[in-house]
Amino acid sequence: MAELLPPAANPLPVGPAAAARRWMALRRAAGAVRGSKAATVGAAILAVHLVLAVLGPALAPYRYTEFHMTHLLEAPSRQFLAGTDQFGRDQLSRVMWGARGTLTLAVVSTVLGEALGVTVGLVGGYYRGVVDEVLMRTMDALMAFPSILLAMLILTSLGHSPTYVVAGIAIVFMPRAARVLRGVVLSLAASEFVDAARARGERGWYILFRELLPNAWTPIIVDTTIRFSYSILLATSLGFLGLGAAPPSPDWGLMINEALPFLNQAPWLALPPALAISSAVVGANLLGDGIQASLRPE
Amino acid sequence: MTTAAPLLDVRDLEVVYRTARGPVNAVRGVSFAVAPGEIFGLVGESGSGKSTVGLAVMGALRPPAAVRGDVRYRGEPLLTKSPAALRALWGRKLSIVFQNPGSTLNPVLRAGAQVMEVLQEHEGLDRAAAFARTVELFDAVQLPDPAGVAGKYPHQLSGGQQQRVSIAMALACDPDLLVMDEPTTGLDVTTEARILELVRSLRARTGAAILYISHNLAVIAQLCDAVGVMYAGELVETGPVAEVFARPTHPYTLALLRCLPRVDAPSAQRLLPAIEGALPDPAAPVTQCQFAARCPMAEDRCRREPPPLVEGLPGRTSRCFFWEKVPAPDAVPAERVRAASRTVDTGTAVLEAHGLTHEYGMPGRRLVPVLGAPPLRALDNVSLAVGGRETLAIIGESGSGKTTLGRCLVGLLRPTAGDVMLRGHTLPRRPERWTRSTRRHMQIVFQNPDLTLNPRRTVFEAVARPLELFGGGTREDRRRRAAAMLEAVKLGARYLDRLPHQLSGGERQRVAIARAFAADPDIVVCDEPTSALDVSVQAAILNLLAVLQDSRGVSYVFISHDLSVVRHLADRVMVIYRGSVVEEGRTEDVFASPRDAYTKALLAAVPTLKTPAET
Repeated sequence: MAELLPPAANPLPVGPAAAARRWMALRRAAGAVRGSKAATVGAAILAVHLVLAVLGPALAPYRYTEFHMTHLLEAPSRQFLAGTDQFGRDQLSRVMWGARGTLTLAVVSTVLGEALGVTVGLVGGYYRGVVDEVLMRTMDALMAFPSILLAMLILTSLGHSPTYVVAGIAIVFMPRAARVLRGVVLSLAASEFVDAARARGERGWYILFRELLPNAWTPIIVDTTIRFSYSILLATSLGFLGLGAAPPSPDWGLMINEALPFLNQAPWLALPPALAISSAVVGANLLGDGIQASLRPE
Repeated sequence: MTTAAPLLDVRDLEVVYRTARGPVNAVRGVSFAVAPGEIFGLVGESGSGKSTVGLAVMGALRPPAAVRGDVRYRGEPLLTKSPAALRALWGRKLSIVFQNPGSTLNPVLRAGAQVMEVLQEHEGLDRAAAFARTVELFDAVQLPDPAGVAGKYPHQLSGGQQQRVSIAMALACDPDLLVMDEPTTGLDVTTEARILELVRSLRARTGAAILYISHNLAVIAQLCDAVGVMYAGELVETGPVAEVFARPTHPYTLALLRCLPRVDAPSAQRLLPAIEGALPDPAAPVTQCQFAARCPMAEDRCRREPPPLVEGLPGRTSRCFFWEKVPAPDAVPAERVRAASRTVDTGTAVLEAHGLTHEYGMPGRRLVPVLGAPPLRALDNVSLAVGGRETLAIIGESGSGKTTLGRCLVGLLRPTAGDVMLRGHTLPRRPERWTRSTRRHMQIVFQNPDLTLNPRRTVFEAVARPLELFGGGTREDRRRRAAAMLEAVKLGARYLDRLPHQLSGGERQRVAIARAFAADPDIVVCDEPTSALDVSVQAAILNLLAVLQDSRGVSYVFISHDLSVVRHLADRVMVIYRGSVVEEGRTEDVFASPRDAYTKALLAAVPTLKTPAET
């Protein structure tokens, strides 16, 4: 080899770092956000939630466990902007404190579910054959359960804890992400660059994660964004059903559950957590749809 | 050209596409006329604007394309007609046949129903009459079992049959003018020959004027009466086809003719006279001869002002100041650039295959086997041996199994039976067991330049990966070597950090070749490496392969359906038909005196540059 190649006369300039280019899909997605009104609005809503998640406890007027025994079930007032619950806790502060837990749960479970699903989709779509059949039929079996039922099943058998909520949601999401990825990989795997990699004897993991995965970032980003909104719904639904966080946690779903008995006396109690949930869901959906629309080739 | 009043008269046609990057002049100052019963050929490479002309003369271009100039059909201006008036003409008087019949035909309608629809719409026939006429038309385009084909869906027909259905549809209402845009590109040569014969007989029977658009000079030579050569949106030369090809009056026509490998008259040179350089930017204003940058005859004047279309020889036009000085294609001895002498070493085989058989649809790939589906035998007991520095060509039509053979040879497919041997060592049947050092000796170059490179990886990463895998070394070291590899494929180090979408098809194929050679292989399987490229690019790639073979001593297994290319490049050929070898021998022997009936038919079907009048 060496004797065939004369050394180049000048040292060559080093190219752009490979790591920088790996974010190309993300940068394209960012460009897509700027290009779409819906995505911009969605991103703005999520940005507010992000600020709440990071700074919520610092910005909130009270601690989420702070009792005001003289102000039980009070309507919104200047002192308690969103009213108080049966223990006299400030409802606004509780929503602000709760943002971190609820959103973290949603983000971690979405990312974990996507990671599992992407791996399954990559492996199934690339190896095909028996491996694919076993994986995808398993995914089909998981998908046959309604999401919430499957998550409840997992939580009731494992026990109640945020970790298991994350695991439950991730398992619910895995087959859906696997389906999306498998479709993308099926068409990519027939490409000549994959054959070229096989012809030079690349290992399976290299082909999956270095040749195929970088070409699938765009659908993964779109899928993750939309999946995130379902994840918020699912996480808060589980909280509402009492399968997630335990009191006195300011989990948004749990807060709605706790507000339920007082719906006649204090209908404003359910409103702050409900608004928080729906705005996060709408934001994530707008963002995902917007990105998808502007990345779709004309 | 005939003296009769032209049926189609195009004057100063201009097409401008408005794009995000500003207006792009796709077609400039194109004028030609087609008489009734005449076949006018429009020939050019991709990006020359020939298909745009085809659509423009149909009046079928819509914004963002802006069409200027005068297109007259039977003396009536077409471009100013209302959409309703045009629709009344389309399909009835003006018809068009496109390259890809698979997307022209509606996949959910039976072939017959699609033609009947045209007849019912334009001719007002009832169902029974339309069906009878459809069967007649299918018979006229020589479809076997016309009534049976009418009841089939497009996917049940072969590519050639689909194209004949779309030709039948175009002919349904006896059009006066038929535009055919690359109707045989992508079809096998034997199918192509039948379609060309069909077009000739149609012209004789109906007297329609035909505008035939193709990149294939040999097809144009076989079929057309007159020809217009397009380059960068301009007609650079027109005239009767035999005269234009025998004595071109534009350097581009000459260059095109010379860079074509000839099946009928193979040259002694190992290298083809390729056309260096690239098309000019279509968005740039025209201030000089568009071909000047690539023209060996260009003088200062060519770079100062654009040449007008001049009438040189009688009945001919040329867009060249120096049209009289253009030499005849055969008269110019290309500089004898035969690279370092190459001695084929047939004594020891580098690569051998014994009794290779491959069946698709083998059980074991599915959890629940599909019952009753017999395996398809794509390759049947094929044996071959390739010597050192030798080029063995595998010739076959689509579906012959030639690609399957290539994939078995480099371990992309596991043969059902038979063995591959590398330098006398039998390789494991399961390619997963091949070692890296085995893999390193065998590389493959693919047909489709679009996805031969990973779209998300730079040229450097593509070329350096085999170096990393097989050689190691530091990153700097690999970068230096990758740059040297790019020099070897005539691209240069400035390409290192580009991504595939920033490269042309020919450049991508060069990078793919650099990647294959980076591992310093003994044998390279080339699977139709030039069939998706323009002829000028093809010539350059074929030259590159020849030079690399000479300098690095590799052997090639060259898979191709293009017999001209094979004749130019190969030492030995092997013809396969339905998975079996039907003939094998030295290239000269097989082309001079084929023994097998299929080989004979294949050779007879190849269009040559000799016009029918000459033969």
